[in-house]
Amino acid sequence: MIEGKVYRVAGPVVVAEEMKNAKMFDVALIGEMNLMGEIIGLKGERATIQVYEETGGVGIGDKVISAGHPLSVELAPGLLGAIYDGIQRPLDVLKSKVGDFIARGVTAPAIDRTKQWDFVPTAKVGDTVTGGDILGVVNETQIFQHKIMVPPGVAGKIIDITGGKAKVEDTIASIETPAGRKDLQMLQRWPVRVGRPFAEKMQPTIPMLTGQRVLDTFFPVAKGGTACVPGPFGSGKTVIQHQLSKWADTDVIIFVGCGERGNEIAAVLMEFPELKDPKTGRPLMERTILVANTSNMPFAAREASIYTGITMAEYYRDMGYNVALQADSTSRWAEALREISGRLEEMPGEEGYPAYLTSRLASFYERAGSVKVIGSEDRTGSLTLIGAVSPPGGDFSEPVTQGTLRTTKVFWALDAPLAYKRHFPAIHWLNSYSLYLDDVKEWWEKNVGWNWKLTRDSAMALLQKEAELEEIVRLVGVDALGDKDRFLLECTRSIREDFLYQNAYHDVDTYCSASKQYHMLRTIMDFHELGKKALEEGRGLNQILSLPCRREIVKLRFVEEARFEDVVKALGESMQHQFDNMGVV
Amino acid sequence: MLKNYMTVNEVFGPLMFVEKVTDAKYDELVEIELSSGEVRRGKVLELHGDRVMVQVFEGTSGINVGETKVRFLGTSIELGVSEDMVGRVFNGFGIPLDKAQKVIPETKLDINGSPINPYSRDYPLDFIQTGISSIDGMNPLIRGQKLPLFSGAGLPHAEVAAQIVRQSKLLSGSDDFAVVFGAMGITFEEANYFISDFRKTGAIEKAVLFINLANDPAIERLATPRMALTTAEFLAFEKGMHVLVVLTDMTNYAEAMREVSAARKEVPGRRGYPGYMYTDLATIYERAGRINGKSGSITQIPILTMPEDDITHPIPDLTGYITEGQIILSRDLHRKGIYPPIDVLPSLSRLKDLGIGAGKTREDHADVLNQLYAGYARGKEARELAVILGEAALGALDKKYLQFADAYEGKFIAQGRDEERSIERTLDIGWELLSMLPEDELKRVRPENIKKYLKRGKAPAGQSEENRRK
Ligand SMILES: Nc1ncnc2c1ncn2[C@@H]1O[C@H](COP(=O)(O)OP(=O)(O)OP(=O)(O)O)[C@@H](O)[C@H]1O
Repeated sequence: MIEGKVYRVAGPVVVAEEMKNAKMFDVALIGEMNLMGEIIGLKGERATIQVYEETGGVGIGDKVISAGHPLSVELAPGLLGAIYDGIQRPLDVLKSKVGDFIARGVTAPAIDRTKQWDFVPTAKVGDTVTGGDILGVVNETQIFQHKIMVPPGVAGKIIDITGGKAKVEDTIASIETPAGRKDLQMLQRWPVRVGRPFAEKMQPTIPMLTGQRVLDTFFPVAKGGTACVPGPFGSGKTVIQHQLSKWADTDVIIFVGCGERGNEIAAVLMEFPELKDPKTGRPLMERTILVANTSNMPFAAREASIYTGITMAEYYRDMGYNVALQADSTSRWAEALREISGRLEEMPGEEGYPAYLTSRLASFYERAGSVKVIGSEDRTGSLTLIGAVSPPGGDFSEPVTQGTLRTTKVFWALDAPLAYKRHFPAIHWLNSYSLYLDDVKEWWEKNVGWNWKLTRDSAMALLQKEAELEEIVRLVGVDALGDKDRFLLECTRSIREDFLYQNAYHDVDTYCSASKQYHMLRTIMDFHELGKKALEEGRGLNQILSLPCRREIVKLRFVEEARFEDVVKALGESMQHQFDNMGVV
Repeated sequence: MLKNYMTVNEVFGPLMFVEKVTDAKYDELVEIELSSGEVRRGKVLELHGDRVMVQVFEGTSGINVGETKVRFLGTSIELGVSEDMVGRVFNGFGIPLDKAQKVIPETKLDINGSPINPYSRDYPLDFIQTGISSIDGMNPLIRGQKLPLFSGAGLPHAEVAAQIVRQSKLLSGSDDFAVVFGAMGITFEEANYFISDFRKTGAIEKAVLFINLANDPAIERLATPRMALTTAEFLAFEKGMHVLVVLTDMTNYAEAMREVSAARKEVPGRRGYPGYMYTDLATIYERAGRINGKSGSITQIPILTMPEDDITHPIPDLTGYITEGQIILSRDLHRKGIYPPIDVLPSLSRLKDLGIGAGKTREDHADVLNQLYAGYARGKEARELAVILGEAALGALDKKYLQFADAYEGKFIAQGRDEERSIERTLDIGWELLSMLPEDELKRVRPENIKKYLKRGKAPAGQSEENRRK
């Protein structure tokens, strides 16, 4: 064991001397309280340590111990439904140990050691297995099958495997490896800074449906893709992230509250056990893991929190599941990085951020992907990454937003003026983009509507035209516009107010299926086409605008999924009928 | 016996460096004895070998290199707290200012507090009626929320804050409440305005005041909000009280932070403020809320003046990212003589969604709020158009919206300094205003609510004189 002494304390950065042979990124424990940290720099016999807890009371000469292993997370059944801090300490257990306020130097295992799981082997004695192969399954929740895998880097022949009740540290299988017999437990550890291996990355082609119209229809993210949501304060980042956590059609959701508000975590804890997953009917909490390192918790642990989250995400991906990870907010993570860099007296880059900010961001997002996982079986899994960004003053030119945009493929641009008008989600349709449109087109057109892309693109073209017309109105007034343009403005208003606007707090409107989205937009676009034709054939603008079907379009948002198909079909017919009555051919 | 170090070797701005120190701890309290016998306080900011960096709260003037004695007290900065603090006045470092006897502490607490475990938090759900329509109707305050006032120099934030303190109540009746007031670097007049208002209404009996005025030591301001919140946490979570904390002015607090950071020669973030300002402010603002199984709560109303009315300035910007919304005062409305000059469009209460509605305020609250927002936003756009093109160039509908916006400012936002409107009254005014618009335009309102609440033909005209500045 390596034991040294504190030589310098500057907030969360501690330098220890006499640390000969200490290794980079190994865990270090400081002082009598055993405050936990990680070695992030070595120089001669001095080690620089980033400490995950407040360092008040630490003095020169206090002992420092290197634990001899890197910062790792525990992986086993029992992760789902849990709530952890940035270094995977279970917050519910901490509460029962030390009360409502977080104390220092407390530790608790991330995974319950006493709980019995029913292990059902799927491999048998004599099978040759390698890292990623499935040994058996455990029902982690009523409906979720947790696959117990051979850890990466381990291979051999099974010489023993036993089913039945087992705790996570019990040996469930033994294999013969070239290096001798190896006992395997359900519990695995993995260092957070290293991505878990996979066999091959594939181009993502399946959309991750979120139930949010502006996202799914206009700026879709694919399963295994990356997206970022930058926006000034109050523009709706958190609500979007929560909506995604609630409604995204993935198997597992990991929500990393990274330097954000305590009450936002409380909201998740209050709502998720009550809300039902639309796919399975089970409480949302059962597919969710929360990592909560709120803004007032030590910021060094905030830096680690996104790695803690993503390592757990990769573990579920390796089982062959679709996983989504949301980080709110990556700007707070970057600030923690900047703080630590500042205390290390590194050369600052733009706005004080370290020069390696962009490469760190890139390597984080690179851990997303739709992949063939390791192991002898042909299995795929996906990890979708969505990061909120909080640019100072809402200025997107700042380093974190720019660094993020360089690596993510979807940009959901939140806009303060839209939020002031209470147009939610305040995602600006002209500034946002998705580079997955062509990748997911096939899925949509096969499963939802044959002309999905065309419908979406023509709606987008109208919105673009609207912006040009508004410019004219601003200069010369609405009187300068002809009926055709005025009609177009009415249609785009309908796209905005009846389709893009979506109230997260309305029981029905909060979630919109892919098919409902398609038919809603199709109906508005049909109205536009019919109306345009009617105008061309000389019908009056007011006559068209006062057709009763317009009122029905407004109400579509609130129609429950179960009734929607009938309602929209009837509306389509009555709309056609109303235009027919005007004598439009 | 504590060691007396006479090894001060450098003094710079609010910082002092002591050498050959063997027993200092990070973040501990330091006592500094000047050659005159005066004793000041500081805290350890950094340890480097045997060299210690100390931040001095009362300023470094008079500290010299040869004769100053420094003692490291072995504890963090603590405040002795007790229920008897209620009704008392302290300076910014927690020393009683009034002549009454010393507070006998029930316990001593580290003023930095500890973060509330997010798992222990209870989500705030109870609507507080402040009697101010533009808050209650549009951006309601919820018990356990942190909702700052973003103001500017010369705007009536003190009046608005005092009115909130005076009128706040729960609809379900009264509870044990207390007010904790932390003043950082404000003028004597402003502090006095609050104190005499608290006196007038009797709130003073229920208040704990920590006062650091403009001419008090600037660095002491870094401790003042922590003193206030330590007291608030004790009253709320140990004594079960509902505590309303008013902190003013957070801008002065942030400037003190900048001063220390500059002296430390840290790499500055935006506009010279330190990169850790977000985290530092969060350790103040996050000390609000409710805790599962405890009856008390802390509701925070920090006040800050935006330098040059600029909301993108780091102080309001970072605050807005931490707090649960913001109430913004507008110079335009103030110039028009509208009190309270609350700019509702960029204002926001993030906790409103679960705190309003049937059983809490009224079933139509969310609809009215959304519709008033949309209508006022459109009316203000029309007003801008009218400025450029003349009112005549507006379409008929835009003209209606313009009238609506005027009436909204005059009847809904504007109210008297002592006018306390019930939430029903506020919502009814909202409906009166909405009735000025064609019914088809009311897309954000559920049809049931239109049927029940929309009274026809009672549209009020323009801005009414009686509601203007009284
Ligand atoms: N889809 C939506 N439907 C209804 N209301 C919404 C929606 N999105 C956002 N809002 C409203 O906007 C408010 C602010 O949103 P949110 O808290 O997500 O902002 P934010 O961008 O996360 O801010 P910060 O970066 O400061 O955390 C919410 O409290 C809510 O009232």
